Amino acid sequence: MSRTLIRGATLVDGTRGDLLLDDGRIAEIGSVTDAAGATVIDADGLLALPGLVDLHTHLREPGFEQSETVLTGSRAAAAGGYTAVFPMANTSPVADTAGVVEQELRLGEDAGYVTVQPIGAVTVGLAGERLAELGAMAASRAKVRVFSDDGLCVWDPLLMRRALEYVKAFDGVIAQHAQEPRLTEGAQMNEGALSGELGLRGWPAVAEEAIIARDALLAEHVGSRLHVCHLSTAGSVEVVRWAKARGIRITAEVTPHHLLLTDDLVASYDARYKVNPPLRTAEDVEALRDALADGTIDIVATDHAPHPAESKECEWDAAANGMVGLESALSVVHEAMVETGRFGWADVARVMSAAPASIGSLAGHGHALEAGAPAELALYDPEVRAEFGVGSLAGRSRNSPYLGSTLPGRVVATFHRGVPTVLDGQVRPADEVAGGARG
Amino acid sequence: MRHLLSTRDLGREQAIELLDIAEDMAAVQQREVRKLPTLRGRTVVNLFFEDSTRTRVSFEAAAKRLSADVITFSAKGSSVSKGESLKDTAQTLQAIGADAVVVRHQASGAPQTLATSGWIDAGVVNAGDGTHEHPTQALLDAFTMRRRLHGDASRGRGLDGARVVIVGDVLHSRVARSNVWLLDALGAEVTLVAPPTLLPVDVSAWPARVGYDLDAAIDSGPDAVMMLRVQAERMHAAFFPNSREYSRTWGLDDARFARLPRTTMVMHPGPMNRGFEIAASAADSAQSTVLEQVANGVSVRMAALYLLLSGEREEAA
Repeated sequence: MSRTLIRGATLVDGTRGDLLLDDGRIAEIGSVTDAAGATVIDADGLLALPGLVDLHTHLREPGFEQSETVLTGSRAAAAGGYTAVFPMANTSPVADTAGVVEQELRLGEDAGYVTVQPIGAVTVGLAGERLAELGAMAASRAKVRVFSDDGLCVWDPLLMRRALEYVKAFDGVIAQHAQEPRLTEGAQMNEGALSGELGLRGWPAVAEEAIIARDALLAEHVGSRLHVCHLSTAGSVEVVRWAKARGIRITAEVTPHHLLLTDDLVASYDARYKVNPPLRTAEDVEALRDALADGTIDIVATDHAPHPAESKECEWDAAANGMVGLESALSVVHEAMVETGRFGWADVARVMSAAPASIGSLAGHGHALEAGAPAELALYDPEVRAEFGVGSLAGRSRNSPYLGSTLPGRVVATFHRGVPTVLDGQVRPADEVAGGARG
Repeated sequence: MRHLLSTRDLGREQAIELLDIAEDMAAVQQREVRKLPTLRGRTVVNLFFEDSTRTRVSFEAAAKRLSADVITFSAKGSSVSKGESLKDTAQTLQAIGADAVVVRHQASGAPQTLATSGWIDAGVVNAGDGTHEHPTQALLDAFTMRRRLHGDASRGRGLDGARVVIVGDVLHSRVARSNVWLLDALGAEVTLVAPPTLLPVDVSAWPARVGYDLDAAIDSGPDAVMMLRVQAERMHAAFFPNSREYSRTWGLDDARFARLPRTTMVMHPGPMNRGFEIAASAADSAQSTVLEQVANGVSVRMAALYLLLSGEREEAA
């Protein structure tokens, strides 16, 4: 097993220190003097962050390998400083049985770049009609604890109630894609002044807020844990704030793009900006940033959604929803939260590592960097500012809304189980990473 | 003019220039030989992803009267999921050597995507996109109003002070959107009248007054009343209780028509639902401009193609 000495990194509390990684753990932290046989990495000026954990990723395998595979998505994750991802269940076949989630788990282990912790579907085939085998998935080798029909809302209130209740047996959580389907039929963008002008079918904020309110009350009634995916409106923030004040066990996530981008980008009809839930207004963005800062929103999750070029190079209505986000997430949070003075780096570590690992009940991730902790970490250069280009993407798809824009910061290195998956800003070759993970 | 995608970004000067050229084109229509050699050797492609015989024929006539070669490409139902993509179609037209593409598409923004994607060098004319815009319809409406108001003295003028009431399904109407922007640019005062369900949720930024009361709008004695077509599919989607109630509340029926001043123009982009949004008495009256609108459509589209394919591009060459 490799030994690595990271020399002179800045920790999230602002202090400087060395980190000795040995046998998949942080062996020493502080001033390391004895590092015989270790590979030395000069981390002067670099920030050491706990490995990022993404509670909302689309890896597309099995079924949509032209967009992404577990391997390519894992590479994208590593490039973004992630050491664990939770792939959503909307694959083909749907991840609604123990067999599929175990297959995803194994593909992740084989790739070796990050921990791939599958999310199971709530309902069979995401059809919203009957519960999937939640218990079997929980008891499988994949140890599924997060269940979601993401992409679709568990709309049936009775089915949602049953799902919330049932997963209490193994301390699971239902991650709801909050979208009232009737209010959003054919919806193309945020409903507001601009949708009327552009002639695009509106996606009203109330369609999200109404479901969150309903689910919060259901969770309260049955005493269950609810997680809200990609919260996108100021009104949703108010609902979650109210629910938390009431003591309801609710957590919420926001995507990087909802923290930075606004619906006026849609006026270009450039389908790179088509995403679900849609980009909202500047007021919503402000409310989301404030809510992340005050803890109403618990985590940042990417909703990394790869699509092939032809799904975006077309008229708006025909284009697929979604953006890739793993590679850019940290830089976007840097810009939206750190540069605006709302966050220090310890807060970033909390919302992008510790809290998502905790919500997802994922062991081995989200720990503070201290002696004995698993060697899951990223080195980030917060001082650079550069154009985000195709070269910054490490997955299979290129549907990033940031191509051509300038973003702060850069992931220089990522370590998963003590093995470097990214060095000098470059994703390491698959065979070396897979070999390192096995060794 | 590189493209004609919307009236939203058409300035007053540009709009009046186009309308004035349309006057010249209309004059040609009065001659024995109604054909100009202007666009000889140029290829205009009518690319229709959505059926619209009226608009297609109008553009065809316009292109032919300017001596352009016209290719009609009907690609109904085409989309990524159903067959050839917009990109492939565009690249095919590029290979054929299209100089201008007149595009009608069911998706809002498709002409803009075509114009800005780099798939094609041709100038793009929006012949109606989804529920977004239909700029040549608004231009022919404005042309028609200007002629009725100012006759032979129309050249160089806008529609300053003209009061125009647009009635019906504003939410789904590309005609209404294009008219709102263009009429505002030309100095007209626009009032939209519709059931609240058929208005976009936030029209506070539109340069128009918005109301629900057609009778009040009628009694204000406007210079023009433009009735919008209500699509059959709206009747079954809970936008209003039933067609009878719609017709009674927002239709231009005999009684309302009778209350209009004799000088008020009655307009409709066609095709009309007679007896529903407009009574036959109004549609067939001397106040009706429906057939003038059709005739003027050819002149306005000639002007648009002329501006796209001559002038600036030759200067650039």
